[in-house]
Amino acid sequence: MDFNFTEEQDMVRDGLSRLVREQYDWETRRKAIESEAGWRPEIWAQLAELGILGMPFSEEVGGFGGGAVDAMIVMEEFGKGLVVEPFVPTVVCAGGFLKHAGSEAQREEHLSAIIDGSRVFAFAYAEPRGRYNYADLETTAKKDGDSYVLNGHKAVVIGAPWASHLVVTARTGGGRRDAEGVSVFIVDKSTNGITTRDYETVDGRRASEVYFENVSVPADALIGEEGAALPLIEQVTDEAIAAHCAEACGAMKVANAMTLEYSKQRKQFGVPIGKFQVLQHRMVDMYTAYETAVSLTYLATIKLDAGEKERKRAASAAKVGVGQSARFVGQEAVQIHGGNGVTDEYAIGHYFKRLTIFESEFGSVDHHLKRHVSLG
Amino acid sequence: MNLDFTPEEQAFRDEVRAFIAENYPKHLGDVGLREDLSREDFLAWHNILGEKGWSVPAWPVEYGGTGWTPTQRYIWSEENARVNAVMPLPFGVSMVGPVIYTFGNEEQKAKHLPGIRSGDVWWCQGYSEPGAGSDLASLKTTAVRDGDHYVINGQKTWTTLAQYADWGFFLCRTDTDAAKPQEGISFILVDMKTPGVEVKPIKLLDGGHEVNETWLTDVRVPVENLVGEENKGWTYAKFLLAHERSGIAGVARSKRGVEKLREIAANEMVDGEPLIEDFEFARKVSQLEIDLAALEITELRTLAGEQAGKGPGPESSILKIKGTEIQQRLTELTLEAVGSYAAPYYHSVANDDGSNEYPVGPDYSAHAAETYFNMRKTSIYGGSNEIQRNIITKMILGL
Repeated sequence: MDFNFTEEQDMVRDGLSRLVREQYDWETRRKAIESEAGWRPEIWAQLAELGILGMPFSEEVGGFGGGAVDAMIVMEEFGKGLVVEPFVPTVVCAGGFLKHAGSEAQREEHLSAIIDGSRVFAFAYAEPRGRYNYADLETTAKKDGDSYVLNGHKAVVIGAPWASHLVVTARTGGGRRDAEGVSVFIVDKSTNGITTRDYETVDGRRASEVYFENVSVPADALIGEEGAALPLIEQVTDEAIAAHCAEACGAMKVANAMTLEYSKQRKQFGVPIGKFQVLQHRMVDMYTAYETAVSLTYLATIKLDAGEKERKRAASAAKVGVGQSARFVGQEAVQIHGGNGVTDEYAIGHYFKRLTIFESEFGSVDHHLKRHVSLG
Repeated sequence: MNLDFTPEEQAFRDEVRAFIAENYPKHLGDVGLREDLSREDFLAWHNILGEKGWSVPAWPVEYGGTGWTPTQRYIWSEENARVNAVMPLPFGVSMVGPVIYTFGNEEQKAKHLPGIRSGDVWWCQGYSEPGAGSDLASLKTTAVRDGDHYVINGQKTWTTLAQYADWGFFLCRTDTDAAKPQEGISFILVDMKTPGVEVKPIKLLDGGHEVNETWLTDVRVPVENLVGEENKGWTYAKFLLAHERSGIAGVARSKRGVEKLREIAANEMVDGEPLIEDFEFARKVSQLEIDLAALEITELRTLAGEQAGKGPGPESSILKIKGTEIQQRLTELTLEAVGSYAAPYYHSVANDDGSNEYPVGPDYSAHAAETYFNMRKTSIYGGSNEIQRNIITKMILGL
């Protein structure tokens, strides 16, 4: 049993922590998310240079031979600074599909481009009527000679406006919601027939509705086996869950610290509000919620390579527990900040917003509680 | 980062498991934390462990401890929880024992530690008073020096299992003029057979006799029973409470409790289906398991910290709050699972003819309500959960 990090991991954390502190300060972030681009490609390039984008990949493909714990460390630091750059869609999701099921040629083409920062991905898995069921797909991919033809509508594809490529889930066979017949494709976003409607998300990121109209992609766009991708999607999304949970922990840590600091400064009835026991106990509960979230994030991260059932149980447990903590910490932080908590000017509200949207990515608390129940 | 136990730790687990299988008294069966145990029941396992040298695992080796790592101690408690073993009571082992070997003199160590290790001497705790529970420092029991004796007067309450006790450790006010209520308190060992000590039962909600009022009237105690320095008792009291709280999370036992809950819910039927298939109920079980998983990792993280040389700190307050909340929810869900057979009062339906069959309802229903009622104490004792929040407020949040 060992909860320590390696020296390399500590170095990565320190480096990232400094980068976020020095180059991702509150004002800079605000300008970036309000800019036309909506993100900071120069930071992305810097992350590539530091090796962050290559961390979870093996050395043979140009990575650093790290794994899930490394992704956890990165995302926790990102969470502290509300970093919007698309590490999860690109490195964890697209990288994960390639790592687990990509062909030699696919890895060669895409992985090095992910690692050097030249290629950015978005993961188009959600649909307007599919909620959190990855198999509930209306998007279809029909085999047509040496190609597949995609039709459908993907919802709230995070980071799609910045992406050059998409990972897309689509039904190649079977009936709606069947476990069989689900496939995954890598698609160049500039392919004919793809249109997007881009927008801002409430937590400062960018996303798109992505429409596929008779989009023809070559057969080698398929990742893994045709029709058998559901277990692969679940593996990758569990990895994304662990990463996002780490991000939520980072955000909660800062939200708690801000709230604590505020309660020491803000005076009412002649004393700092932190002197009131009713607020003290609430901040203790926020602190406990954060520690709970950290424990469950560790569990989910460590179990990513365990057997399927164990992995799923841990990921769902984390999504439930971290989701509940995130909601609680966000709401309490705003409440204790009083009126200032609901202004756009104060940072705390933005942490609240990110912690809120966290719950709807890769499955809500209720969804994962159900999954946990179904795993027995 | 790695949650796996090392091969050495696995081997240790096997050794412990085999020892328990061979030596745990069969007649105690699966009684766990039931309240209707005799003094002999409580001590049976303690005595065996004393002979093996495993009764005080956390103590320093020079005083009879095992030298086990925190992880080994965790494995030990897990393995005992698997058979729901009646563990050595904390009053000697985890409370007064560490105070004596840390602050006591050589005579006190020689006199008291062997009896705690073997289980031959039963200890009780005299902290709380009718007017001083969580506000412990406001205690009023006095100890007045009279030659080479202290004369103690006052009333203690919630004295757990004092009806069996040979010795008690009492907090008494030795300086009534101290500037702060925390000052002027002393930590004194009292032979419970001393004239003037009177123990009166308090019957609890669950019908059991677990706690008592202890009256002290002109009790003359030799001064050599003072531990450490006069008027410094508060320091020792706080030390004791931090020790008490580590291990209070009860993770291993709650894990066993969830298994048991699942067994019950698989047996109970609702609309012709097992209760565990009922989504609303299953959801509550899952939520409990998730919270318990979080608590387990939090405890392991704390243990890892201890292994790296950090003593039990204010983090143990988190373990106390979360651990007791989970214990309470577990007994609450078990009560729910049992359904209408929660109602029969165990003491009125139990067989006295020695048969194992309960005459009313399934055997798992007999103690469900009793245990639920009893476990309400957990968020109150050991410093109420509100007091734990005050500790975190001060020690961690710095407010």
